[in-house]
Amino acid sequence: MNKRKLAIYWAATCGGCDIAILDTQTKVVEIADAFELVLWPIAADFKYKDVERLAQGSIDVCLFNGAVRSDEQEELAHMLRDRSNVLVAFGSCACFGGIPGLGNVSDKAGIFAKVYSDTLSTVNNNGIRPKTKVKVSEGELTLPGFHDTVRSLDQVVETDYYVPGCPPPVSLINKVADALITGELPPAGSVIASDKTVCDECPRERDENKKVKEFKGLSEVTPDPKKCLLDQGIICCGPATRAGCEATCPSVNMPCRGCFGPPAGILDQGAKLLSAISSIIDSKEEQEIERIVEQIRDPLGTFYRFGLPKSLFRRTMST
Amino acid sequence: MKRITIDPITRLEGHGKIEIFLDRKGDVANAYLQIPELRGFEKFCEGRPAEELPRIVPRICGVCPGAHHIASSKCVDDLYHVDPPPAAKKLRELFYCAHVVHSHIAHFYLLAAPDFVMGPAADPAERNVLGMISKVGIEVVKDVMKYRGFAQDIQAVIGGKATHPVSGLPGGLSKSLSEEERRDIEEKAAGCLEFAKFSVKLFHDVVLGEKKYVDLITSKSYSMRTYYMGMVDEDNRVAFYDGQVRVVNPDGEEFVKFDGRDYLDHIEERVEPWTYLKFPYLKAVGWKGFVDGADSGVYRVAPLARLNAADGMATPLAQEEYERMFDTLGGKPVHATLANHWARLIEILYLSERLLDLSRDPHITADDVRTIPTETPTEGTGVVEAPRGTLFHHYRTDEQGLITDVNLIVATGNNHAAICMSVRDAARGAIKRGKVSEGLLNMVEMAFRAYDPCMACATHSLPGRMPLVAGVYDWRGNLIRKLTRE
Repeated sequence: MNKRKLAIYWAATCGGCDIAILDTQTKVVEIADAFELVLWPIAADFKYKDVERLAQGSIDVCLFNGAVRSDEQEELAHMLRDRSNVLVAFGSCACFGGIPGLGNVSDKAGIFAKVYSDTLSTVNNNGIRPKTKVKVSEGELTLPGFHDTVRSLDQVVETDYYVPGCPPPVSLINKVADALITGELPPAGSVIASDKTVCDECPRERDENKKVKEFKGLSEVTPDPKKCLLDQGIICCGPATRAGCEATCPSVNMPCRGCFGPPAGILDQGAKLLSAISSIIDSKEEQEIERIVEQIRDPLGTFYRFGLPKSLFRRTMST
Repeated sequence: MKRITIDPITRLEGHGKIEIFLDRKGDVANAYLQIPELRGFEKFCEGRPAEELPRIVPRICGVCPGAHHIASSKCVDDLYHVDPPPAAKKLRELFYCAHVVHSHIAHFYLLAAPDFVMGPAADPAERNVLGMISKVGIEVVKDVMKYRGFAQDIQAVIGGKATHPVSGLPGGLSKSLSEEERRDIEEKAAGCLEFAKFSVKLFHDVVLGEKKYVDLITSKSYSMRTYYMGMVDEDNRVAFYDGQVRVVNPDGEEFVKFDGRDYLDHIEERVEPWTYLKFPYLKAVGWKGFVDGADSGVYRVAPLARLNAADGMATPLAQEEYERMFDTLGGKPVHATLANHWARLIEILYLSERLLDLSRDPHITADDVRTIPTETPTEGTGVVEAPRGTLFHHYRTDEQGLITDVNLIVATGNNHAAICMSVRDAARGAIKRGKVSEGLLNMVEMAFRAYDPCMACATHSLPGRMPLVAGVYDWRGNLIRKLTRE
């Protein structure tokens, strides 16, 4: 019997998405049963050359995790797109850039200067930087080129589905796996998660009339474990974040940081959060509102923690 | 000059690449381990609130996020000059023991064991965890899944999630442990301890019972006389969560013992243009190139280094096995790189014993798990023993607690120079006068894998063998032969 072909690949990522697939325990066995794996660097020995040899459209499904920030990641994204009937952005990095996407607050030169010169333990008086081609006494060594800007998968190639989460929780992976195994896929372009927001799944008590005069950081307080975090003046990205995690972080008394990305129909997660926050500020005076908003110490790194490359800004400086 | 490229997952997929150059006689002139990856956390953490870093930095590595989470939590304690309540420290350590158990089980069974259970020369198609079923039975493989799963569950209870935990804050944790959760952890910890005992016995039966494996472990190609670094408690026993960093010289004598805050007095890093990962070395000895011995600042970390750098283990079963290892392998320190596998199992034993002790601690369910900082944040350092070695986090902030400077020395970074040297030495053992032995791939792979290198590909290729391709080039750069393990 000819099994359908599955490829799993990672780019600029941490490996956590692959560990999450392993954490499904039995589901990973079902996946291996239903599909012939043609690429999964974490689990099996298939070569890039083997993939290159495959004809266009010969891979049924490719789960792509990680953002794109180097020449080789970009090349692999194109190669896998060409060969895959269904390309899935798996995990927050592939969907929106993820935490590596915060790299868009700087660029290649800025990151290199910090890592290779300005870090306190580094001794580099000659200002050496890694290069794509280097002559050593025995020959030449090469490294893949490092880009100025981190991109989500769909900023590089056309993407069919999105599975958000950092990493996607086991319950969601099981759902995705079942859809892939049965072939009952939602319409192309879908985000495979809930259409609601994290607040809709959150067990905390919310007071619809609650207004706040002050925002606090978690270095200053321990929140009441039962009440809505925003009601307590703690920035929580729940109202601007897609559901599907069962409010994991608020359930352990930590605010949501938005790893599932914006909910259905919302283009910019940060703008949505800002409007949610504005609606609970207890003031009508412009100056006071400004003073209260300024208490949010790091709006960019909080509102766009996982999605800077896919935000309307994309990055903070031009290069 | 001939050139051999070993590209673990091929260059394009790269999480680690090995290049071996031959001289005109056909012997190995040099070898390079290149890390083709960089994400720049040191830069993009600038401007973030310090208390958010324990939630950001775990994304450095999805295999050892717990190590970064705990190092970062300790770092922000230090930065805010705050001491967490006793229950918070115990819970963090409990979480952390489970974390290292997860990582070590995964490494030993899914990566390392097939080499020994199936034999280094076995059919590559069989030399994986599935092949092991025929030798050790499906039950063992099921147990591997089960107990690694337990270790993940324990982390999720305390950390919120196992992969990318969130509960660490300056001054402690966001939530306490309920009695119901504690009972569940105790049960799972007891299971992990039984599995740890079984694993040590399996290693004795399968590996130490065979002279050829003991000879392989102690062979010269896999041995290097270096300094060793590891964290120790007040009695110089191996410590993972907290303690002082101790370095022993190649003769096993204490070279220095320091507080993590003083790491800049002892470690410097070098930049090479051919890799994205830096090379740390001992400042007092200096960088002398890729050489071993007491005059070279190259040092090693990870399980064997930790055991070499300590005087013993803090729990009874682990201590017994610690003594057995050093007796069997000719006393301390052990320079045999492959002994890392035995050391890793001794650590699983220790961590499981510690896990069980902590889960039975009557104070671990105390409600008070957070001390709110009251002082102005300034600068902090957090050091832990990550599964793959000593991990340093160092942050500075402005008065608002926004990060102005981050420095990270990650576990595998410490070993970068030593791994390059181990790969070169293993290649020298396998390549003579231009003849590339068929065992080359395997010998290099085994040298590499013993370190369980994190930033390279081995830890990212958890459940399988690390795939290798080797091209042999003549001195003009023409491909004359290609070795591929399929």
